[in-house]
Amino acid sequence: MSEAAGFAGEAGVIAAVRAAYASGTPVEVCGNGSKSGMLRPVQAGARIDTQALTGITLYSPQELVIGAGAGTPMAEIAAAVADKGQQITSEPPDFSALFGTTAPQTLGGVVATNLSGPRRVAWGATRDHVMGVRAVNGRGELVRSGGRVLKNVTGLDICKLLSGSHGTLAVLTEIVLKVLPRPERRGTVVFAGLDPVRGVAALSAALGSPYAVCGAAYLPAEAAASLGFKHSVALARIEDFAVSVDYRTAKLRDELAEFGAAEVLDDAASVAAWAAIRDAAPLHGHEGAIWRISVRPSAGPGVAQALSAAFGARWFMDWGGGLLWIAGPATQQAHAAVMAAANQAGGTWLLFRAPDSLRAAVPVIPEEPAALARITASVKAAFDPKGILNPGRMYAGI
Amino acid sequence: MLQPEPKREVLARRDAIVAGLREILPESGVIAETLRMKPYETDGLPAYRQMPLAVVLPETTEQVAAVLQFLHREGVRVIPRGAGTSLSGGALPLADAVVVGMMRMNRILEIDYADRCATVQAGVTNIGITNAVQGDGFFYAPDPSSQLACMIGGNVGMNSGGAHCLRYGVTANNLLGLRVVTIEGEIIDIGGHHLDAAGYDWLGLLTGSEGQLVVVTEVIVRILRGPEGARAMLAAFNSNEIAGQCVDSIISSGIIPVALEFMDRPAIHACEAFAHAGYPLDAEALLIIEVEGSVAEQDYLLGRIKQICGKFDPISLKVAESAEQSAAIWKGRKGAFGAVGRISPDYLCMDGTIPTGQLPLVLRRIGEMSDACGLKVANIFHAGDGNLHPLIMFDANDPASFATAEKFGADILRLCVEVGGCLTGEHGVGVEKRDLMPVQFSPDDLAQQRRIKDAFDPGWLLNPSKVFPLAAPHTQALAA
Repeated sequence: MSEAAGFAGEAGVIAAVRAAYASGTPVEVCGNGSKSGMLRPVQAGARIDTQALTGITLYSPQELVIGAGAGTPMAEIAAAVADKGQQITSEPPDFSALFGTTAPQTLGGVVATNLSGPRRVAWGATRDHVMGVRAVNGRGELVRSGGRVLKNVTGLDICKLLSGSHGTLAVLTEIVLKVLPRPERRGTVVFAGLDPVRGVAALSAALGSPYAVCGAAYLPAEAAASLGFKHSVALARIEDFAVSVDYRTAKLRDELAEFGAAEVLDDAASVAAWAAIRDAAPLHGHEGAIWRISVRPSAGPGVAQALSAAFGARWFMDWGGGLLWIAGPATQQAHAAVMAAANQAGGTWLLFRAPDSLRAAVPVIPEEPAALARITASVKAAFDPKGILNPGRMYAGI
Repeated sequence: MLQPEPKREVLARRDAIVAGLREILPESGVIAETLRMKPYETDGLPAYRQMPLAVVLPETTEQVAAVLQFLHREGVRVIPRGAGTSLSGGALPLADAVVVGMMRMNRILEIDYADRCATVQAGVTNIGITNAVQGDGFFYAPDPSSQLACMIGGNVGMNSGGAHCLRYGVTANNLLGLRVVTIEGEIIDIGGHHLDAAGYDWLGLLTGSEGQLVVVTEVIVRILRGPEGARAMLAAFNSNEIAGQCVDSIISSGIIPVALEFMDRPAIHACEAFAHAGYPLDAEALLIIEVEGSVAEQDYLLGRIKQICGKFDPISLKVAESAEQSAAIWKGRKGAFGAVGRISPDYLCMDGTIPTGQLPLVLRRIGEMSDACGLKVANIFHAGDGNLHPLIMFDANDPASFATAEKFGADILRLCVEVGGCLTGEHGVGVEKRDLMPVQFSPDDLAQQRRIKDAFDPGWLLNPSKVFPLAAPHTQALAA
């Protein structure tokens, strides 16, 4: 991470935030806007984007770190690390089809939304791999946290606080990510025809095996059909050296025989299946609202069943049953049903995509208990005392 | 070391404050006698000592909340404490502060194998979690050297690491939820049994916040199924530089060993004399490399690693043929602190992180500093992630020796920052590195961290005089 405040474009962001701070003008903070349909719409008088903050600033493959301007397209970073046989560990999804956009998503956007793909269940979320950030707070001050090393507990972890903060605390200008080698081979064990409860039981058994399963999804028949499967499927992925993938998929198939005869997908078929799951392809083409619910995995099937009964939800599960993708009508009734089902399961929820009228009218993430809500307001003010950065994006009034 | 002035009005009201605490807690839960407070006057950094005002040992989250509510109302400073193993003085008391010790909150509340998580109270030891689940093949991944004693609440406070971080991450990467108490005495649940709670990442912010923001009373950790097996190998080289190149070469080949430890010549000699692990005494640098999997997978990975090491003209390569031989290889490394303790009356354990490519330069410079100041140093290093542990040997009975050691340590940490690293990889800032923070952070960086502290603890009552430099032009740290 560069030491001097000389990163191209950063001075422009500082000047823009200072001007907004001076005039008290609310600003929309974004990258290329590929995920601006998430959460609540922002009412702003101006816009600060990171499009001038592009380019890889640091890549040290043997030190497992890559740094880049926040506006750098994610595809550019993925290509650079692939060139050295590495990959972005948290498997960031590409939701352009879901949001109906062609804007390429940026590194800053992925970090600001903390979105992670199927590998999250084994290797952590995007926020777990953010080693350092430079960002401009709501006063127009440059704030740095972390750095370019893999182990760092120096001071409060502002890297994690800004990850998933949706541009409401600061404008990310430069980010350093930890990367890992791209495994030699991928393989997927597929159990077909299980009901959701048995399917999640199979995934729990797979994730609880010694074989380092790093993807675990359940698709009911309708979702499975969109990936070319004839029945519902529970899929368990293994990524490693070729000899390990061959050995471990065979062991997994044998040891989980109680869940029926399993098929094993080869490398190419695994890559295709998990890219579709990552990008929520089974819900592409759905016109209404989309929610993401995170619960303890064993509670996943119950939530799916409740929402199927409530409004005929289309759905599938990732993260061993812990992440539910739900599609349904963009109505307040459907939203209330999602909130109730997730809350009852002790989990969390997010209105992922909806028409502006709905997402402006309802809470898009759970409201916090009073004591925590006070801390949220105080921490927001600690970064952005005039409330000018993406006001209302996460919570009305914050 | 400069400490804030005790609040005189608090010292003057000591009897009333102790009486107030006795109304909240059972008789045995409040310690106010000098002799019985003695064990709490220091932690894993025994160079610093200070008797507290009193010590309380709550047994429930509600008692913690009642204690904090009372102390907050009385304007009394609070020092949260787990097992007191902090190497950075994170649990060092102040004369006007009450230590809140978590050792009586030592119950495991829930183990859920299907959802791969466990709910434990803050006073459960790190190894206690693994012990509770290993009969079923599971473990809790972060494994700091103090894991037999250190408590999970302290691990959360310091975001503790260990020897297997490269594969399994540090504490922050292995948590799902927390139950915490604010300085006002409010109980808040953060996260839960699920991944990626919505809202700001409180779990990430509170982990490693060194008791500055809240007191942690319960933790929901992820538990993992252990691998089929693990095996270690030793590789010895003619120079630190060559060993460093070998580490780069292993990682560039696409292999991420579960552990990759580095020892320099003084560390090899100290550990071998102590543990008789069979380390080659003619080597300048030694790597301990561990892989996981079935026996065939271990053979495959160790074979590839051996091949890579072979390109760097090793003095010796020794692959363990059994679990016993692996344990023997680890015995020297795990006993390193005790080993150095045997050859020197006292030592300081430093904890900077550097970009791994800077290893040869940094070890050379540390050697030069050691020659210049006349104190010996042994280097032990988590090589995969760049986390250095120089052990500086000194004599605590000689104040000049201690002062020299402290300065030597500070110079090493400045060097770590200078080459692109940081002051602390896993031990925390505590009091030890507090005044070095401006070396790594700009005034704006630190001001932002202080404003977060303000948001949680406006009166700066929680673990004051740690993390943030006292001398900074921010009155709250001093005047609270």
